[in-house]
Amino acid sequence: MVIAFQQAACGYGGTMLLSQIDLDVAPGSFHFLTGPSGSGKTSFLKLCYMELRPSHGSLRILGEDVRAMSRDRVAATRRRIGVIHQNCQFLDHLPLDANIALPLTIEGDSAPGADLDDLLSWVGLGHRRGALPPELSGGERQRAALARAVIGQPEIILADEPTGNIDWDMARRLLHLLIELNRMGRTVLIATHDLALIRAAKSEVAARVLRIRGGQVQPAAADL
Amino acid sequence: MRLPSLFRTERSPGSVVPPSGFTARLLVLTAAAMAFLAVFSLALALAAGRMAERWSQALSQTATVRIMAHQGEEAAATRAVLAILETTPGIAAARALTLKEQRALLEPWLGPGLAVESLPLPQLVEVTEAASGFDAEGLRLRLAAEVPGAVLDDHTRWRRPLAAAAGRLRAFGLLAVALITVALAALVTLAAQSALAANAQVIEVLRLVGARDVTIARAFTRRFTLRTLAGAGAGTALGMLGVWMVRTRAGEEVVLTGLGFEGAQWALALLIPPMAGVVAFWATRTAALASLRRIT
Repeated sequence: MVIAFQQAACGYGGTMLLSQIDLDVAPGSFHFLTGPSGSGKTSFLKLCYMELRPSHGSLRILGEDVRAMSRDRVAATRRRIGVIHQNCQFLDHLPLDANIALPLTIEGDSAPGADLDDLLSWVGLGHRRGALPPELSGGERQRAALARAVIGQPEIILADEPTGNIDWDMARRLLHLLIELNRMGRTVLIATHDLALIRAAKSEVAARVLRIRGGQVQPAAADL
Repeated sequence: MRLPSLFRTERSPGSVVPPSGFTARLLVLTAAAMAFLAVFSLALALAAGRMAERWSQALSQTATVRIMAHQGEEAAATRAVLAILETTPGIAAARALTLKEQRALLEPWLGPGLAVESLPLPQLVEVTEAASGFDAEGLRLRLAAEVPGAVLDDHTRWRRPLAAAAGRLRAFGLLAVALITVALAALVTLAAQSALAANAQVIEVLRLVGARDVTIARAFTRRFTLRTLAGAGAGTALGMLGVWMVRTRAGEEVVLTGLGFEGAQWALALLIPPMAGVVAFWATRTAALASLRRIT
């Protein structure tokens, strides 16, 4: 399992936000996580990329116990996870191509080469590589975030409301890119309250839908 | 050949921390001012050290016998004193100062053309101590017994407070250098913390893409170290120029004539910029890592 929760719980300042999470995410699977605003979707994703650590229970990411990880180990594991936020942030003083290549260059692991050109073309930003992030539209920012999330060929892709700020056409385009990545073997986990997006995805990929209710993660109803 | 990452320019395309003009200039200016003050404090400490040593050495090897005798008896008293001194163990030489020498001693205070002969001045006998030293108390007693008007002055009562004062001055100079170092570290720490707070979004992005704390800290450390090095380099150059000017302009034999560096001591001043760089590196790294550890 690439992500494995066992009776995991987490909260802020004594208030338990998520509890009794038992979930296994298999490699190459496609998951949606849904629930109303404030239900804990973002916190769940934060657990998955170790921004938060469980206060109780066990969480293993890519085979490692999160609670036992050092800060350097967390950073190394994050390089195997691509994250896309609704309000994705960039280094505004660097051009788009440098921002997208950041996961490769930040630790000097490798230099981006022709792959970067291919990736920019794949997300439809080949003509915008020299643009600064503030010059990009909402859709371009989301696609740039996707490109940055996948450039390091991560094993897991986490997306937090990735279509929240973009129109339906752009949302479908982004979804297709995520489905393509899943077909290439990446594990995809998308937190969204956009049920139309979930239904559109399920017509193309075998996606498992989870719902957060009362702080617990459960399988969603059959109509999803 | 690639330079170590610390020395790569902060405006290189890969710089992950955005340039910040005003704070950068402020830090450079502060480092320059601190280095300038450090040069003068160091010069003061070294000058005080030399002064203390010079006074101690110059005075410790000599003593003076003052002879106040009745008119007409001066020559006999002087001969008697010289005879005693010649037989005193630990005295290498003793000679009576001539009138011309006594006039030269008084000239700075009483002016030239002084008729020394007309003044009731004591006859001075210069005593040069041997390396083994002499028994000052025994000599004092012997002089008191044999030549009642002769008084031995071994300069102890002058030398001790002077050497102590010079020693305190040196300590103050070194303390000033230490305080400047601490102040520089504090200022760099504050500047680094301010930069870290201002770049919270940058840090968030870097952490999201898997940057280690040490990598993020390095981005700030490099910037602050280079700025401090540049500022301290300029401040040290100005300070050394200032010390050199003070030194060459002072022609009079006054206490501060010795302010400055001698020989290899100039190299000590050149250590200030790298020392400031080390302080900046350490302060920024410590502040950055501490700030980052507070983030989950």
